[in-house]
Amino acid sequence: MSTLNVDKLGMTYELPNNQSVEALKDVSFDLESGRILTLLGPSGCGKTTMLNIIAGFLSPTAGTVSVAGSRVTGPGQERGMVFQQGALFEWLNVEQNVSFGPRMNGADPTETAAKTADLLNTVGLSGFGQKAIYELSGGMQQRVALARCLANDPELILMDEPLGALDALTREKMQGLILELWDRTGKTIILVTHSVEEALFLGDRLFVMAPRPGRIEREYDLPFARLGLTEDPRGLKNSPEFVEKREEILSLIWDMEEEIMGRDGEAA
Amino acid sequence: MANKFESTENLAAGYGQGKDGTKLIERRRPNRNSGAVARKTVTFGDGSAVTGNRNISLLTAVGLFVLWAVAEQLNLTDPTFFPGPVKTAEEFWLVLTTDSFDRTYLHQHVLASLQRILLGFGFGVLFGVPVGLAMGLSNAARAVFDPIIELFRPVPPLAFIPLLIIWFGIGEASKVIMLFFAAFFIMVIAARSGVLGVKLSKVHAAYSLGASKTQILRNVILPNALPEIFVGMRVALGVCWGTLVAAELIGADQGLGAMIWQARTFFRNGIVVFGIIVIGLIGVLLDQLMRKAEERFIPWRGRG
Repeated sequence: MSTLNVDKLGMTYELPNNQSVEALKDVSFDLESGRILTLLGPSGCGKTTMLNIIAGFLSPTAGTVSVAGSRVTGPGQERGMVFQQGALFEWLNVEQNVSFGPRMNGADPTETAAKTADLLNTVGLSGFGQKAIYELSGGMQQRVALARCLANDPELILMDEPLGALDALTREKMQGLILELWDRTGKTIILVTHSVEEALFLGDRLFVMAPRPGRIEREYDLPFARLGLTEDPRGLKNSPEFVEKREEILSLIWDMEEEIMGRDGEAA
Repeated sequence: MANKFESTENLAAGYGQGKDGTKLIERRRPNRNSGAVARKTVTFGDGSAVTGNRNISLLTAVGLFVLWAVAEQLNLTDPTFFPGPVKTAEEFWLVLTTDSFDRTYLHQHVLASLQRILLGFGFGVLFGVPVGLAMGLSNAARAVFDPIIELFRPVPPLAFIPLLIIWFGIGEASKVIMLFFAAFFIMVIAARSGVLGVKLSKVHAAYSLGASKTQILRNVILPNALPEIFVGMRVALGVCWGTLVAAELIGADQGLGAMIWQARTFFRNGIVVFGIIVIGLIGVLLDQLMRKAEERFIPWRGRG
């Protein structure tokens, strides 16, 4: 069964100089329940635009998005969001951040408290419930963001460069945590990233997107996310299959960047 | 498993410190070795290295006071024009303990001033914050209030006095309303910029978590704007206090401004001098109170 249907999605921005930019053109795909899809591509390829349309923060200029059969017209709690650092509520403590969704929805306080404790345990933050957000490291803050999103039990989790602001070591650990959560909860996840390695490692499906117009350039079905649940991540990332795919995608994106630079060069 | 994650993050946090080279050096050279103290070599241009010196500050204050006292004792100045500390203290004691100067005790002057400022400032906050929030949240409110705010904001509050006296007389109302104007525009701007400063991802996150507009206003936008609102309140209180004294020069019987104005008419310059000192001290006190409130109510300020 597919959770997400994206049908002939288009997004055209009008620029002040009477020109327009096609951030997305004619993008269609289905995403089956329980998959983890990573979106990769040079800046301007429309990956964040697409995520924002699926989240319901932007209305597309063409096409439709449906989640579990119903059409997306605005934000909704069946689509959880995890942003890059800085989207937590720093005036609330860790526990209050995680329980925000259930509290806004008027859930039973006792149930919410139990669920919050459970989630904090899941993301490795038990005992940190009363801490203030600014007392936590960047990695721990992103753990809170993951728990906050899971508290509403969404169908689909959208992650917009969730690990983008973390240092390399923490980032690797957090990749492991995302895979573990994916496996444990069986959620459908879409993750936008700038890192080829991260896209390969976390995506059991991967779209490489291209700009002007924003589109899906190439699509992969990958074994690494599943393998990453049991195998050593460092070994996996150094395996010949992984390295080969990484180089392939890197040169693909490299060519796109060259092309963009070339085109801009002519225009100038 | 949680522990495994934690240890790596601590390691990572250590790395983060390394970005600031100086800090790293300070950490790695503990004082217990050979008594060496880590020292920055670049201080000119590094604001954090300029800390002043408490002793020198104290010396300056004491020095000025001694100079003032010596000048009085040696009769270097005419006490009518420039009273010394003894003369000033005598006048202070007189107004503090008797009402012989203008049938008013010092504490009554202080209370009269504080009452005006609390009313004007209070109403300014009460009306300014909602208007500012609305301007940051709604096109209609922005359109309606923008010209009013932009036109009247640069006007010094004292410029309203002639009209206010014509409309409300020279009583309490015109002074309080003028202070209201002083605080109102500052609070509108502060609240508006507080709303505009809300990080979009926080609002988006709240919507995705199922919050309604009202819930987002109360639970996301208001707490997010609070630091800016507090800064606005501190500025507004300072401006109100400064404006108040000028306002009390016009037809007030009580209040610190009225007190020094009357003192001037009778050449009681000792009263003027301690009046200035009291006004300054209360101004500092109000600012300190606001700072304390800030620390108490918005500990997350600047840490978003």
